[in-house]
Amino acid sequence: MDLKWVDLIVDRHQEKRTALVSILHDIQDRYKYLPEEALRMVASRLHMDINEIYGVATFYKSFSLIPKGKHSITLCLGTACHVRGGPKILRELKNFLHIEPGQTTPDRQFSLNVVNCLGVCAIGPVMSIDGKFYGEMNPMRAKRLIEKNNRKRSGVKS
Amino acid sequence: MRKIKTASDLEKWRQDIIKKQKRDEIVVSVCGGTGCHAYGCKKVRDQFAKAIKKNGFMDKKIRLRFTGCRGFCERGPIVTIQPQGVFYQRVQEKDVDLIVSETINQGKIIDRLLYEDPNTKRKIDSEKEIPFYKAQHRLVLGKNGLIEPTKIEDYIGVGGYQSLTKALFEMKPEEIIEEIKTSGLRGRGGAGFPTGKKWEDCRKAQGNMKYLICNCDEGDPGAYMDRSLLEGNPHSVLEGMIIGAYAIGGSHGYIYVRHEYPLACKNAEIAIKQARRAGLLGKDILGSGFDFDIEIAKGGGAFVCGESTALISSIEGRVGEPRSKQIHTVTRGLWGKPTNLNNVETWANVPLIIEKGSKWFASIGTEKSKGTKIFSLVGKVKNTGLVEVPMGITLNEIIFGIGGGAKNGRQIKAVQTGGPSGGCIPASLFDLPVDFDSLTQVGSMMGSGGMIVMDEGTCMVDVAKYFVHFLEEESCGKCLPCREGLKRMGQILDGITEGRGDEETLMLLEDLSQVVGDTSLCGLGKTAPNPVLSALRYFRPEFEAHIYQKKCPAGVCTSLIQYSISEDCTGCGACAKVCPMKAIEGEKKQIHRILTELCSKCGSCKDVCKSNAVIVQ
Ligand SMILES: Cc1cc2nc3c(=O)[nH]c(=O)nc-3n(C[C@H](O)[C@H](O)[C@H](O)COP(=O)(O)O)c2cc1C
Ligand code: FES
Repeated sequence: MDLKWVDLIVDRHQEKRTALVSILHDIQDRYKYLPEEALRMVASRLHMDINEIYGVATFYKSFSLIPKGKHSITLCLGTACHVRGGPKILRELKNFLHIEPGQTTPDRQFSLNVVNCLGVCAIGPVMSIDGKFYGEMNPMRAKRLIEKNNRKRSGVKS
Repeated sequence: MRKIKTASDLEKWRQDIIKKQKRDEIVVSVCGGTGCHAYGCKKVRDQFAKAIKKNGFMDKKIRLRFTGCRGFCERGPIVTIQPQGVFYQRVQEKDVDLIVSETINQGKIIDRLLYEDPNTKRKIDSEKEIPFYKAQHRLVLGKNGLIEPTKIEDYIGVGGYQSLTKALFEMKPEEIIEEIKTSGLRGRGGAGFPTGKKWEDCRKAQGNMKYLICNCDEGDPGAYMDRSLLEGNPHSVLEGMIIGAYAIGGSHGYIYVRHEYPLACKNAEIAIKQARRAGLLGKDILGSGFDFDIEIAKGGGAFVCGESTALISSIEGRVGEPRSKQIHTVTRGLWGKPTNLNNVETWANVPLIIEKGSKWFASIGTEKSKGTKIFSLVGKVKNTGLVEVPMGITLNEIIFGIGGGAKNGRQIKAVQTGGPSGGCIPASLFDLPVDFDSLTQVGSMMGSGGMIVMDEGTCMVDVAKYFVHFLEEESCGKCLPCREGLKRMGQILDGITEGRGDEETLMLLEDLSQVVGDTSLCGLGKTAPNPVLSALRYFRPEFEAHIYQKKCPAGVCTSLIQYSISEDCTGCGACAKVCPMKAIEGEKKQIHRILTELCSKCGSCKDVCKSNAVIVQ
């Protein structure tokens, strides 16, 4: 694994301990998850204990210690989306992808995530695929969107 | 951009900007809020840019503006055209050429793109006349439609940073605090703590280094006004913070933004850089000798980090666990120094109060709740979006007047306010004035401003269960009552919705709620039982139906319901087409049938059935 980005990211945040959460975000954006080697490197650069970093990395929901799939599906189950049928969509996604929230399909195509509000509550239920938002979702539309993304398989390794 | 060194420089800059803006004959504003983004506003804007370039418009000067959230997200993408003041909704890329040739070139209005009042079927062409906007009082949110958030010139043009000059050169810090105190401004982050009092305490606290924090964690699910403010008008938040810092004697500020809001982070970051370059942040602001700077701290998606002490831990780069508040953060907060924390909307109110005076501010609202409040009106209501209303307006006026009432002819049952710390208010209490104290009295609270409308298709037991599971998951685990108590409450509620409740269940649930509320360490656990207790208080029969009849009256709890198709079926086949499990069979024009063993009870069939033939039992 090429860890030069980790150095650059820590440099960009001026080795500030206050920036730990931001540093972890940047590492995750770059590697799609938080590799253990990267966390060890952050620990030594910030003069922190690796256990402490591990604590922070596991406390905040947006971090993942395992690699993510090519497409990341995020379903909102916030109150507004919940009363408009979010859970039905989750049931459908689970049936269709055969994974639970937090997991990745064995072919590494999709990771399923559930969050408590994407901040677009007016047009719920809301789902996002790779950062693009889709409002007024229903189980059928969700399934179609995933099928559409699944067709764009080109260039995937392992 | 120019560097401004004095107040009169700023005024000169403003005059130049206004002069330049006057040359624009036509301003096309495309809403760039997150809701409109989901509907494709970026393409609309790009298409406008192309069309304007292509047409040349020799004789007219046209300005294209990509604004922040305009509030009426449900009708997005929204486009307004000045000076006519035409308001177009649901605008698509393909409509742009027509708008350019008809409306911009010839001043003609395109009927199809106007908003239609669902009650009178009348087409409405101006924003002010649309019922959704009519009863609103958009003091804080109003400027979102007039400025492009990434252009400091736009903010200066509408009078931005004028309050800062007034504060720095015409007022003493104590006078500012007095002004905020007499305005009656109370914190918009949830608890409604008097802002002036907090500032005063922090000013009086011992210490040469003081911090200011803007709380944009907005963990309350269903609420999105803080993001829309920071995204749509970041300079108003900065201006509020700089004024606050001068009043309190603060030297450094943080804006804590949750990571799910990348656009808010970006726009705030840009605004900070612009303000620094213009001399409005940093050393010797406007030549006053006062130094103050702001930076952004990113959250990691933990609800508890909205709580002040947990938020402070998080900024310090640690796990976001709250601590006991025996010593207040105004005396010992970030890095052990005096720290003043306010919500985004609270900060954005400050420039308004300084500009127009505390008397003016105090004339809006009720006796103990002054000014306006932004709510995110969402859920099962016709017009969803962000609404800003004077305190004291009734729930009826908001939900039926502005929101247009229920969707699809259903009956509205309740509204949930205050997020996971609040509760559900039944429709019978909708003439309640909305202010901090009235909402608390009925067992809910103002919270940060989520207002989730529920109708007969919402199961109140399911909602209570939802909140308990939410809080169970978000509990940081530091104190036992919250960690274990919520888990048990969740199990009890699971049992009820799965038909395993008995006579003792509700009593146990109430007892446990009491203990969790009384003994938890921070606000999360202390208020956690509210959603359950308010549901029990107003919707007890629904709980009892689950327990004694093993039925879910709203048709939500899957273990207790079954889908079937009645004789009213016309055989149109719409349900079979949408069924993701392929669990519906039947010939065309014949009554269809649901195969129970395949049915996942998703309800898609019921949503599409025009003859109401899908029955839930
Ligand atoms: C569990 C919990 C979550 C909170 N979340 C938020 C939040 O997301 N945003 C916010 O402004 N305040 C939140 N608060 C309230 C803050 O602790 C704090 O009171 C508030 O930000 C102070 O600002 P104000 O006086 O301007 O309202 C939360 C409180 C608790 C107990
Ligand atoms: S509740 Fe789903 S986006 Fe806010």
